[in-house]
Amino acid sequence: MEIIRIDNAYDVTALKAGDAVEFSGTVYTARDAAHKRMTEAADKGEPLPFELEGAAIYYAGPTPARENEIIGSCGPTTSARMDDYTPRMLELGLRIMIGKGKRGNAVIEAIKAHKAVYLIAVGGAAALIKSRITACEEIAYPDLGCEAVRRLTVDRLPLLVAIDSRGCSILKA
Amino acid sequence: MYKCNEITDKLAKAIDYALKRVDERTVGLLERARAEETNRRAIWALDQILENDRIAAESDCYPCQDTGIAMLFVTLGSEATFDGDLAAALEEGVRRGYAEARKSIADPLTRVNTRDNTPAVVYHDVVKGDKLGVSFLAKGAGSENMGGVRMLTPSKGRQGIIDAVVGVVGEAGANPCPPVLLGVGVGGTMDKACVLSKRALLRPCGQAHSDPSVAALEADILSAVNALGIGVQGLGGNHTALACAVETCPTHIGSLPVAVTIQCHSVRHAEIIF
Repeated sequence: MEIIRIDNAYDVTALKAGDAVEFSGTVYTARDAAHKRMTEAADKGEPLPFELEGAAIYYAGPTPARENEIIGSCGPTTSARMDDYTPRMLELGLRIMIGKGKRGNAVIEAIKAHKAVYLIAVGGAAALIKSRITACEEIAYPDLGCEAVRRLTVDRLPLLVAIDSRGCSILKA
Repeated sequence: MYKCNEITDKLAKAIDYALKRVDERTVGLLERARAEETNRRAIWALDQILENDRIAAESDCYPCQDTGIAMLFVTLGSEATFDGDLAAALEEGVRRGYAEARKSIADPLTRVNTRDNTPAVVYHDVVKGDKLGVSFLAKGAGSENMGGVRMLTPSKGRQGIIDAVVGVVGEAGANPCPPVLLGVGVGGTMDKACVLSKRALLRPCGQAHSDPSVAALEADILSAVNALGIGVQGLGGNHTALACAVETCPTHIGSLPVAVTIQCHSVRHAEIIF
């Protein structure tokens, strides 16, 4: 398959469902616990741990890093668990979501409305993905352990466009 | 007499080792799927899975970040004796085995993490003699969340069992990280069928049941599931499941429980004989 190289500045509306991409740039890890806190903070008008406008979120909670390691194994978690929070996150400016598995209809509608994109990494490819992470910094919610928010720099993260900005999906179920 | 500190040490080492590599037989089935698959997106994903499993084994790191909830299936001889508390020794083995792994266990209501990956889910089988054995299974949430149990009426029969499994796997879709392995428990009570569906996964991956009629049911379930076309990671193709293992148990004349445990392709388990 032809691989499209993308970064944070790439116009995601140019991507089509089924495109294979390699993403290089900044992503923030957040799972359901962090999504809950962020949406609650936004509702109260409190500051968020990072600027959501145009941001990329990677649904992931790594294993602990060993000594001299940047990060532990870090594959995608099931995106559907974030579905309850996702329309709000998109409203707040989120543009790129990276995870695994299917999304609900409300999420697909919000993706269309906000011209965002949902990319999938390969579930269970955590050791491979770990090798593509070049920097990691924990930036919020340290009490959540592996579910804390981390800023990652990734180099050529292999992904597929699962749902594009028009709401087209390649997932079979 | 068994020494509890030795039980702890041996279990901890076995868990640490098992978590850092994917079961060899499963890798063999993944390689076969890669050779047979024609869907280019499924091939894209299978290549990454195989590369990932190689990297994990070579660099002694976790193939999946979800190192799971620990399940222990204990075979306990009724004449076995211990110099301490067996339950505490096993728990400590889990704690130490997960020392470097992700701590994924939380209170179900408060969601506060226990921070050491305990407690494990433990089942016991009491047998004759003084034997002690433990089967360890690391169960990740992505696949575990997509399992299900169906209480069929006996009239639904063999086809009903196949349809029930296909229904559960179809509903799961891309979520449990296909290609998956299926553990199916048929019979007993609702809870017994669930435990059987887990025990089915302890059989060497891809090995057919010794009873030809059960083996035939396994083969029919596998074909029916793969006809769904969900495919690797939900990307289409012929490999939604790599294998299906069924375990049965007599049930009530009025019941036909069918439980399905979905296991992702990152199969991590260990057999320990003390």
